[in-house]
Amino acid sequence: MSTKYILSCIAVMALVTYLIRAIPMVVFRKKIQNRWIQSFLYYVPYVVLSAMTVPAVFSSTGSVYSAAAGFMVAVVLAFFKRGLLTVAVGAAFTAFIMQIAGL
Amino acid sequence: MKRNEFINGIKDGIPICLGYFSVSMAFGIAAVNGGIPSWAAIITSLTNVTSAGQFAGVNIMLALGTLAELAITTMIINMRYFLMSLSVSQKVDTSMTIWQRCLVSFGITDEIFAVSMRRQRTLTFLYMTGLIITPVLGWTLGTAVGALATTVMPEALSTAMGIALYGMFIAIVVPPARENSKVLIAVLMAIAGSLLFAYAPMLKTISDGWTIIIITILVSSLCATFFPVKPQEGGVAE
Repeated sequence: MSTKYILSCIAVMALVTYLIRAIPMVVFRKKIQNRWIQSFLYYVPYVVLSAMTVPAVFSSTGSVYSAAAGFMVAVVLAFFKRGLLTVAVGAAFTAFIMQIAGL
Repeated sequence: MKRNEFINGIKDGIPICLGYFSVSMAFGIAAVNGGIPSWAAIITSLTNVTSAGQFAGVNIMLALGTLAELAITTMIINMRYFLMSLSVSQKVDTSMTIWQRCLVSFGITDEIFAVSMRRQRTLTFLYMTGLIITPVLGWTLGTAVGALATTVMPEALSTAMGIALYGMFIAIVVPPARENSKVLIAVLMAIAGSLLFAYAPMLKTISDGWTIIIITILVSSLCATFFPVKPQEGGVAE
């Protein structure tokens, strides 16, 4: 694998990714007034994050059991409105304990 | 006041930074084990700041794929950022200049998007800069540590950390879903759709990148049509 090939690959990946992120930011500089589009964008974060989490979260650790336990702890902590870090660490810690226990 | 904005951004970025560190370590390890030089893994993380996109990209590089193949795969996996960036474009401070918008665009990842949508106020340039800087550092440093580390942390710990970023997503979605039935319906529909695309015959052959985009457009359109939000709620998550 030549250095030139590696650098070209990185440049292509970085450029494509950047353009996807930058185009909407530059094009849509005014507030969109259309109520339907406003509603659409209101739902986007919840839909994207939910779809990315389930079912992928269950294969995010070393075993399905540790992931399921971590997931449940995260949902409970989030239900009681704990902060981002608490929920993230709580989930990881639970998964870790489960894995130590051999589950 | 202005300085506070930057510091608030940094504070909100720290949990993301910690989560990124472990994931990018895994990326660094995987890339170097596969045969990518460590400097290349580090530059990839610094310039791309994407997880799935980089993992897929490196696999194509290792197979000596063409640049076109690499560009198309990267585009499909990362197209969801288009929708995220569109949401962010509606929530940033209207006084932000075009150059500031170009800079902020660089850091729109799943997690930075998630945290910025959770914020109650408009997103200023300083806040976004603070929010982006620590995660990008964490992402790059984690890759470096993974790529260069000779001793690795115990497997039970490194694999357990894989769930941390999902924990953040859960922390963002659950509280509003608990209070707002429209959000709850959107969440349940998204999960149902995601499960369908993961396990149903035919549908499961569609790549993850497309799956996220299809579900997002479909479910958000349905919800926007049947449960439109009031203008003051528009675009800003509670």
